[in-house]
Amino acid sequence: MSSNTLSILKLIGRKLAQLVVVLFVVTLFTFLLVRLLPGDPVDLLVPVSTDTTDESDRAIIEARRQQITDDLDLNDPLPKQYITWIGGFVTGDLGNEYTVSSTIPVSDAVTSALPPTTQLILYSQILAVLLALPVGVISAYRQGGIFDRIANVSAFGSLSLPGFAIGLLLAYWVGVRLNPSLPTWINIPPQGYTPFPGLNPANWSFEPRTPDSVPDHFFGMLLPALSLALGQFAVYMRLLRSDMIQTLQEDFILMAKSKGISNGRVLWRHALRPSSLTLLTVAGLSVGTLIGNAVVIEVVFGIPGMGTLIASSIIGREFITLQSSVAIVAIAFVVINALLDILYSVLDPRIRNVRAA
Amino acid sequence: MSALPEAPTAPRSEGDATEAAVDADGPPPANAEASRPGIGVGGWIAASWLIFVVAVAFLAPLLPFDSPTARGSGPRLPLFTDGHILGTDSSQRDVLARLVFGARASLIVGFGAVAIGMVVGGSLGLIAGFRRGKVDTALSSLFDILLAFPQLVLALSLVTFLRPPASSDASAPDTGASLTSIQILVIAIGIVAIPLLARITRATTLSWSQREFVLAARAQGAKGGRIMIREVLPNVLPAMFSIALLSVGIAIIAEGGLSLLGVGVEPPDPSWGNMITENRNVRSAPLNALFTPIIALFLTVMALNYLGDAIRRKFDVRESAL
Repeated sequence: MSSNTLSILKLIGRKLAQLVVVLFVVTLFTFLLVRLLPGDPVDLLVPVSTDTTDESDRAIIEARRQQITDDLDLNDPLPKQYITWIGGFVTGDLGNEYTVSSTIPVSDAVTSALPPTTQLILYSQILAVLLALPVGVISAYRQGGIFDRIANVSAFGSLSLPGFAIGLLLAYWVGVRLNPSLPTWINIPPQGYTPFPGLNPANWSFEPRTPDSVPDHFFGMLLPALSLALGQFAVYMRLLRSDMIQTLQEDFILMAKSKGISNGRVLWRHALRPSSLTLLTVAGLSVGTLIGNAVVIEVVFGIPGMGTLIASSIIGREFITLQSSVAIVAIAFVVINALLDILYSVLDPRIRNVRAA
Repeated sequence: MSALPEAPTAPRSEGDATEAAVDADGPPPANAEASRPGIGVGGWIAASWLIFVVAVAFLAPLLPFDSPTARGSGPRLPLFTDGHILGTDSSQRDVLARLVFGARASLIVGFGAVAIGMVVGGSLGLIAGFRRGKVDTALSSLFDILLAFPQLVLALSLVTFLRPPASSDASAPDTGASLTSIQILVIAIGIVAIPLLARITRATTLSWSQREFVLAARAQGAKGGRIMIREVLPNVLPAMFSIALLSVGIAIIAEGGLSLLGVGVEPPDPSWGNMITENRNVRSAPLNALFTPIIALFLTVMALNYLGDAIRRKFDVRESAL
């Protein structure tokens, strides 16, 4: 017993050490992204053209250059720069984006971009699991039947159609074509985002097309979440189906059936729970995948999240914003994956033993 | 990439306990029996489509297509008008020509990136799986670290990094030897593919190098390198071929995702990804120019997936080991 606990602790220790190494590499990589770009970082970050003859312009440019050099500690050796940068990063100082007249902290942009991305990932995960449960159970129950075949073919198809393509098709067919003929309380726009009006129900409005509208928020997120969810749905559904098929051959299912329990009850009460473990594990481990895909889906639907921030900073050549957003997405991905991995290894002895071997 | 488009990567890491279930799911047994000798009718349809797309894309400059970048004048043309079979887009460019030349760019990115991933990742995986011991531990932790990045974000960072400084014309006289956007995409997506392909090659190599014929070769006094190349590699290759096909599809999708983020193939040259990106405003975009690249992408990726699956079934290590 105690050796078992010890092996779990050892496992957690090893995973945490691995996490620290990966975090170091990830942050070092994003740090070097700006420092090692071809050319002087200062030239990249100064937002105005440098070949001007106007005296006052020159003064402004010179002041800006000096400020950027100081802010980024560009005169320090690289390792020291990295430590300063990561120190600021941990304490919430994500650097600044420089315009001609102002210095805008990147953390402002990031703070406002995080909620939409989190919501998108959460909703699509819920949708994917909710869709996969009935479809997986029914196709396992009627294995080889018409429903099973249709489900299999559509799962295969949705794995071949990337989320952004599904998103554009949905945006057109539902958002542009179907939406005008829906009842007015359902407003599914092809693009755009209505923020969730906070946790205080007093601020909630249930009128469509008003700023704090709760239904607008959910209907607006429906298409992006769905296009993100369909690819996951296919993976989850196939997993659940194959697990269900195995479970349905177990003796306790035969026992339950012979006691005269209805098929529906056997399926949903007796067979689903032991079959859903792999599904839930994979659903957890897919959060990282979803983060990556959400970045693209946001651009398609014009949701002002991390993906849109990254895309706009690439187009606007705002390298500090790009660096910080990439670092945040990568860190979130790494940390979530590592924590879930540890959690599942501890919870499920089968995984623990496979990994330990 | 990622992510991207990362759901399709799920069936690819075979070392994973949870994912063995995906593979076990596979085809219904009767079907597998029937298709055992070949790749089935569907496989041939998929292969024909791929050959057709590759041939048209490869021969595009020799075929009588309009220029994919020449802007016309007058109103936008719908389908089947004035010799423009797929109509024109909002800049009056011929959609069919853009689709064909776009296929060229997308396929170069897809096959090129996977070629890099296969050569580098494949050799590393082969070495790790065959040598085992410390080499394996070192290489495997390297792959794990690289796989810890979100793939699309890694590709995105690499592209930003490789792109020539300031695409604005102001201060760039010294970038004569800079890479084209297609080359950059090939390198970036290729690098992202390396650890994925390496890990799969390693797993396949591990299972093959424990077989009796390897032991027999060793007993006859063959050196490690010779066994690796002459005995193990030929058996690993078929499995890798199917993984390569699946990866090409993922790389093509990744190009699309990167286009949407603003770092795809540089316009005005077309790729399927940047055609979709240019026309992504569904309220006003011409539908022929938006839907045709989506359909082409879908059919091509599906054909790659189907053919990859069919080949995997045909050469499945576990089944043939029985």
